[in-house]
Order: sequence, then structure tokens, then C-alpha cells
Amino acid sequence: MTGTVASRPVGPVPAIATSLRLWIPAGLVFVVLWLWGRDVLPWAFDYPRSWVPPVRDWISDAMKWLMNDASLGLFTFREMTRAIAAVIDVPYQIALGLLSGGATVLGVLVSPIGWVGVTAVMGLLGHFAGGWRLAALTSACFGFIAIFGQWTSAMVTLASVLIAVPLGILFGLFLGLAGYRWRGVGRALIPILDLMQTIPVFAYLVPILILFGFGPTSAVIATLIYAMPPMTRITMLALRRVPSDLQDLGHMVGCTPRQMTWRVMIPSAKESLMVGVNQVIMLSLNMVIIASMIGAGGLGFDVLSALRRLDFGAGVEAGFAIVALAIALDRLSQAFADRAQVPLHVHGGFIARHPYLFGGLLTLILSALIGLAYPAVQSYPEAWQISTGTFWSDLVRYININYFDALESVKNFMLLNLLIPFKRLLIGLPWVGVAGLLALSGWCLGGVRLGLLTGGLTVLIASTGLWEEAMITVYLCGLSVVIAMLIGLPIGIAVAMQDSLWRGVRLVIDTMQTLPSFVYLMPAVMLFRVGDFTAMIAVVAYALAPAIRYTVLGLRSVDPSLIEAGRAMGCTPFQILTRIRLKLALPEIMLGLNQTIMFALSMLVITALVGTRDLGQEVYIALTKADPGRGLVAGLCVAAIAIIADRLIQAGAHRSRVRLGLADERANGDS
Amino acid sequence: MSALRITASILALATCSTAVAQDSADPVKLTLHDWTGQLITTQLMGEVLEQAGLTVEYVQADYLAQFAGLETGDLHVAMEMWETTGRDAMDAATATGNVVNVGPTGMKAKEEWWYPTYMKELCPGLPDWEALKDPACAEAFSTAETAPKGRYLGGPVTWGGFDDERVEALDLPFEVIHAGTDAALFAELESAIQRQAPVLLWVYAPHWAPAKYEGEWVEFPEYTAECYTDPAWGINTDMAYDCGKPFGEIWKVAWAGVQEKWPTAYSAVEAFTISNDDMGAMITEVDLNGKSVQDVVADWMAANEETWKAWIN
Repeated sequence: MTGTVASRPVGPVPAIATSLRLWIPAGLVFVVLWLWGRDVLPWAFDYPRSWVPPVRDWISDAMKWLMNDASLGLFTFREMTRAIAAVIDVPYQIALGLLSGGATVLGVLVSPIGWVGVTAVMGLLGHFAGGWRLAALTSACFGFIAIFGQWTSAMVTLASVLIAVPLGILFGLFLGLAGYRWRGVGRALIPILDLMQTIPVFAYLVPILILFGFGPTSAVIATLIYAMPPMTRITMLALRRVPSDLQDLGHMVGCTPRQMTWRVMIPSAKESLMVGVNQVIMLSLNMVIIASMIGAGGLGFDVLSALRRLDFGAGVEAGFAIVALAIALDRLSQAFADRAQVPLHVHGGFIARHPYLFGGLLTLILSALIGLAYPAVQSYPEAWQISTGTFWSDLVRYININYFDALESVKNFMLLNLLIPFKRLLIGLPWVGVAGLLALSGWCLGGVRLGLLTGGLTVLIASTGLWEEAMITVYLCGLSVVIAMLIGLPIGIAVAMQDSLWRGVRLVIDTMQTLPSFVYLMPAVMLFRVGDFTAMIAVVAYALAPAIRYTVLGLRSVDPSLIEAGRAMGCTPFQILTRIRLKLALPEIMLGLNQTIMFALSMLVITALVGTRDLGQEVYIALTKADPGRGLVAGLCVAAIAIIADRLIQAGAHRSRVRLGLADERANGDS
Repeated sequence: MSALRITASILALATCSTAVAQDSADPVKLTLHDWTGQLITTQLMGEVLEQAGLTVEYVQADYLAQFAGLETGDLHVAMEMWETTGRDAMDAATATGNVVNVGPTGMKAKEEWWYPTYMKELCPGLPDWEALKDPACAEAFSTAETAPKGRYLGGPVTWGGFDDERVEALDLPFEVIHAGTDAALFAELESAIQRQAPVLLWVYAPHWAPAKYEGEWVEFPEYTAECYTDPAWGINTDMAYDCGKPFGEIWKVAWAGVQEKWPTAYSAVEAFTISNDDMGAMITEVDLNGKSVQDVVADWMAANEETWKAWIN
């Protein structure tokens, strides 16, 4: 489990009676301070500017040094990162040449693989991995891209995704393995993963651009930083949950450590690991927009420029092309994982042994040759393209003209009764009191060390002088997470046991996760104006996916024999759900909560674009002022919020399991 | 691409060998952002450079993030850096010595409070700014969140513009709400126009919005430099910013190495100027009449051959 490693009780956890005796006076002190303290202790409310250490400038200077002067003896740090970029650039240029640009080989201009060739090869891959159904799906996805005229851009995007995804899976898996094998590495990894997932990309964009060069490789690096953590987390969790008898068996038959890892542990954790793979693919495609801002071009750029013209139709078409890529890649990778065990021993010549390889090569050569004669095979003719035209703009217009007032009154009700009061409440709280309460909660739930961590991080946030922005962040993301969990959990429970329903819901959440939020954010602005409500819609839509996904994963991986046992003992279906399934699925559901929080926080950059005044906006301002220190400080505050929330929730869950007598080795996952 | 590039360079060598002899054969990288006007200026510059025998590559880059690339020489020329929205980032970049300001584009950015014409029925005194002081007029622009004050939708915080200060200095009964991004700003405008609903917001030109919709700019006391620096100036003798917004230059910026590596390109970029009217007409052609950027640029180049030829000689 992600947080429990760090939040393992260290030192005595106060008993319930003691904690009550602590909480009542602590609560009283807090309320007194909050209501009457403003005049006596103004510094407890507004952190004095003169107390803010110039961390910002230190970070800026450190960055400047790292980017320009840091030397590793023979070469500078920047030369090293540039070399790494050059290495990554080689496969990228090959992929780009094959799919989009073409290349000059021995002075002859070779055109890229045409749309018929790519679609056919994707269909073949689908058939190879998952039969006719998958073949139909993958070729439909690519056909969709061609028909809607997104081909050129989509291939540019595909080229960078094809580099980022395997790297993300590979690094993620190895980090996860290291974290599983060496307890210390695992413990050190967790805060790093939190940082990677929560510091907004804009905060470290400039250093990355300078170190790795402006272009697609930087986009790949930024994508890796953002998309890899779920893979690492899931690897650690899944390996810990491999039944111990299986491990014993492995030892008994004399597996070497390497065989143990690759032949026993990883195959038996496969279903969970594939969720990690899915997440790497989804998050990589989610980064397409930001990647396009730093020279990767492709579909992300089309989405951005369409929405600047308020051409919703073009934005939706480019957005769904991203979704189509995501779904094709994801379903292919899932099918490959399921297929891996089937041994194929066919004797005969090369063609008989490798029918698909041969078929693929034949398809490519044929389509290239036919493409020379008929250009329609090479590049999809413009005349055949279809477009939704003004349909989407007209739809938004229709809703806007006819339902704006109704929507406005719903929005105003929510704003005036829930959002604004909660925001005012949070902003009005004294930081000293909040730090004290969080430290106390940490101590009660997880011991002295957790108390020090949560209290210390809170003081740290206040000491950056960004308290108000941090509170707005907490208000916006906190409410969104609650709403996302309230919607996501029931949906997850409802669809987990029904394969066909789950398949449909999975399509929807994959779409929500990869459709760039910009596509629905601008229509939302038209209907709800700029502001917190619109931002919340975007955050909930994005953070819903992990809430559903991990609930389903947890419920589906409950051992069926336990459910059988429950049924035999006469449990009602409701009892089976609440007493057996949900309890055993708790680790995954908690990981889902963790990811929902992380996802909500990672949307801060987007919410800044509709005018919120939170930490995301601070990061965005720092980018415009070319001040990396300022951006990173705000980014670290976001990470601190994530870490506090995550650790407290994990410790709370652990404690309630202990109290219920459920915290066995399997459930708390850290022993 | 490469073959084209080779033929282009051969042609160039044959035609104007004197100019090309000192220019590097590497492509000059021009940055493309996500608004039409900038795509037009950049394509236009690129076409002209190709006419001069240089090879050109277009890189899609974020307006502000591009400075990281310009500083390291990964990118070379950026054609539109607006005084109002990019000044801080540009100053930080030029301070490193790796980026140079290549001078103004000749276009002047107009930015001001803007409203659709139908709002004049509710606020008859407009476009004079004093009409906004009327409580009934402010109320007409209000929403549930801001009532009884009017709602003014300002640009993203990063654009600056001193609207909060202006509201205070001119004692306007308005609340400034900041849109997070350009797209959000115009999404609200489009929404209001569709419903013929009240809206008062930051609009700038050259842009397609003031060409597409009927509306007017609010007329504030005219900007002078003293207005922003000297509190005693103007109507409010205790506060600065009691006037309208200045016209902003739109600058061209380049990597400092361009001058040495491609002297022809550098002098052409330096010589590049275009008027607001020409640019406004081209933006209208693209955004409202649906022509492609390439066609519009080609039309302009055919009609103004002398102008652009002068840039490369």
C-alpha cells in the first residue's frame, strides 16, 4: 500500500480514551484561536512576509547552476542530459520517419507508411493478439482517425507515444521491483513518486527544456515523469500481494531469485500489473497537450488551436483521435499480456513459423507499391474525409440559448451554498491551528513520526507565504475528490461483477482520462462562465476514472473461494458485498483514493486556465515570469498537500482495520 | 522534406550566391503558437526567408515556454512577443544575453474594455467610461456572484494590465474576474453574444473577435506614461492607473546566435514590418472566411512583392 510504509506506527499510538482527552481541549483551543485570536495573534492567520525564507531564490539559483555550470568532471550536467536526449531522439526519429515524415535513404526520398498500411498492420496485430474482435477494434480506431482527417497529426503523436510508453512501463516496473525487494528503496520511492505525480509539469518545464533541448525528447521526458508513477506503485502493491504459498512453492522447487521474479512473481501479479500498463498509456496520452506546447506537435496542437478559435467540432475530432489511439494501444497491450503464455511450436519454413510477421511485411510492401500508383492508398484523400462540421458548436449554442438560465441557477445554488462558504471557512482558518490539528491527527492515527510529518509539512506550506493559495487548492480538490468518490465507488461496485457492463464503463472512463480536458472545458466555460464551478467539473471528470477503476480491480481480484465460503455460510448478497468483498478490496480502493487525490491535484494546471486562484495559478504565473524557483515552491506545496492527505488517510484506514481485527499481513501490506 | 531542402538550397546558391555564401545551411527554426495572427506572421517570414535561399523549419511551441529553447539555441526566431503579455519573460530572456529583441513588428496591440453594441440600450452613456459609474449600468453587467457590482472579465492574471488598480482609481462599481486563458475569455464572449446577454471584458486587436462581433471599446481617459507612474496625474489625484491602457508594441525576438549564423535571416527579420490593417484583413480571411494560412500569405506576398523583396536585399 502506498502510504502505509511511511505511516507505520512508530512509538506508541495513544489509546482512544487518551485521544478523546486530547481532542476536546485541542478543539477548544482551536475554536478560541479561530474566533477571537485574529486581533491578539495576527501572525497566526497571515503568515508574516518577513518570516518567509527566500527559498524561491535559492531554488532559482540552484536551477541556474544545474542548467549552466554543474560539471561532472569530464563533461557538464547539461552535456550529459543532452546526450541522453540524443539517445532517445534516435528511435523517435525512426518512428516519426516511418509513420509521418518519411526519410531520405541513400539519397532517395522514401515516403512514410501510408494509412492503409498502418491500419492493416494494426488489424493484423489485433488479430495476432486477440482474434477477430480485437482486429476489428484496432482497425476501426485507426480508420476513424483517417476518416476524420486527423491522420498526419495522429501519426506524429503516435510516434512520441510509442517511445514514451515502453520506456515508462520498463522504468516503472524496474523501480517497482527495486522497491519491492529492498524495503529502504521502497520507502524512499514513495515520496518521490508523490512528487512526480503532483508537482505540476509547468513547474519544471523550463529546466527540462534547457537540459534536454526544446523538442519532442523533452516532451518524452516530461511524459515519463508524469506517467510512470502508477506503474511503480502498482508493481510494489501487486508483488506484495502475491500469495505467500506461491512464493514458498517457488522456493521449494528451487527457483533462483531471477526465476522467482520473472517466472513466479510477475506472472501471478499480471492482472494488477496490466492496470499499471493501462495507466502509463492513458497518462502518456493525457500529456499530449503539454507535449505539443514544447515542440512535439501532433494532435495536442490541433486541439489547442481549434479551441482558441472556439471551433468545438475540430477540437472534439482531434480529441477523440487521441482517445482512439489510447484505446487501440491499451486493448492491444492487454491482449498481448493475456496471450503471452500460449506456446507456439509450428514446424516448417520461415513463412509457416512466422505467419504474422510475414503477413505484416507483405502488407507494408504491397501497400507501399500500390501507394505509388494510387495516392489514395498512401494518404487518405481529402475528398473522402468527413467532419462533424458545426454540429458540436451548434449543440453548445442550442444548450446555451435554451438552458443557460437553468444551468446558471443550479450553479449559483452550488456556489452560494457550498463552494463559497467552504472556501471562506478554509481561508479564514489560522495556519497555526491547522498545523496543530493536523499534527495531532497524525499522532493519534500513526504515531509521533506521522504527527511530526503532517504538522511539519503544514508549517512548511505556511512558510512559503502561499497559505491562501494552498487553502483554495484544498477546497477545490477536496470537494472534487469527495464528489468523485461518491460517484465512482457506487459505479465501481455496480459494474465490477458484470463483464459486459464493465467493458462499457471502461470505455467511458478511458475516454474521460484521455480526452483532453480542454475539449469540454471551453464549452463548460460557455455554459458556466469562468471560475471554480467550471474548474470543479473538469477535476471531477478527470479524477473519477481512478475511483472507478481501482474499486473494480479490488472487487474483481477477491478470491472466489472466500465468496463461496460466505455463500455457504448463508450470507445475503449484501453481506457478501459489505463483509467480504469490500473489506478484502480495501487496499485497492485505498490506492484508488490515493490516485483520485493525485489526479485531482494534477489537474491544477488546467484549472488555472479557467481562472482559479490556487497553487496551479501560482505555477502558471511563475512560468510567465520565467521564475523556476517560484514555480517549484508552489509545486512542492501541492505535493505537500498530497502527502499529508495520503498519509493521514492510509494511517486512518490501517488503524480502523487494526481495531476491527482485519489488519493481517495481506491487508496492511507492509510486513 | 530533405530533398526539397536540397533543391531549395541549390536554387538559392545559383540565384543569389553572395547572400547565401555566409549563411549556414542548417534550417532556421521559427516558432508557431496557437493563434492565427502569429501563424500568419510566422509563415510570412518563413516564406520570405525561403525566397532568400534559406531553409526554414517550423516548430510548434508554447508562447512562454519557447524562451527556454531560444536561450539554448534550440529555437531561433519568434515573430510575436506582445509587450503586454510577454514583457517579463522577454526581459528575463534578454538579460541572459542569449536572446535578443529584434525590434517591433510594426503592429500595435490595442487592448481595452469591450462590450457588444446591444449593451448601449442598457447603458446609454457608453462608450464614455463615466457611464459605467451609474449604478443601474453596473447592475446591468452584474451576476449573482458580483451583484450589485458589475462583472468585468479581465485577461489572465499573467497578462497584467492593472485592471484591479484601474477599478479602484476610477472608483468604478465593478468586480474584476480574471479569465485563466485567452480561450476562456472568448468562450465567455461567444456565449454572451449567442444569448444577447450582458458582457464587459478584455478584448484585444488584432484578433478575430472584434472583427466578428459588433461592439465597441470603452473610452477611458487617454493613456500617458505619467498616468501609470504619477499618482497626481489625472482625475484621481491620489492614485495612478486612472486612465486607459497603452498601445503595446509587438516585438520580434531571436536567439543571439542568429546574427552570426544566418546574417541574411537576421536582417530580414529585423526589416520585417506589417501594419495593423493588413494583419486584421488577413486574420479575417482565415478565421471568418475559412481560407488557409498558406493561401492568405501567398496572396499577400503576390500583392506586396516590393515590400518583402526589400527585406532580403
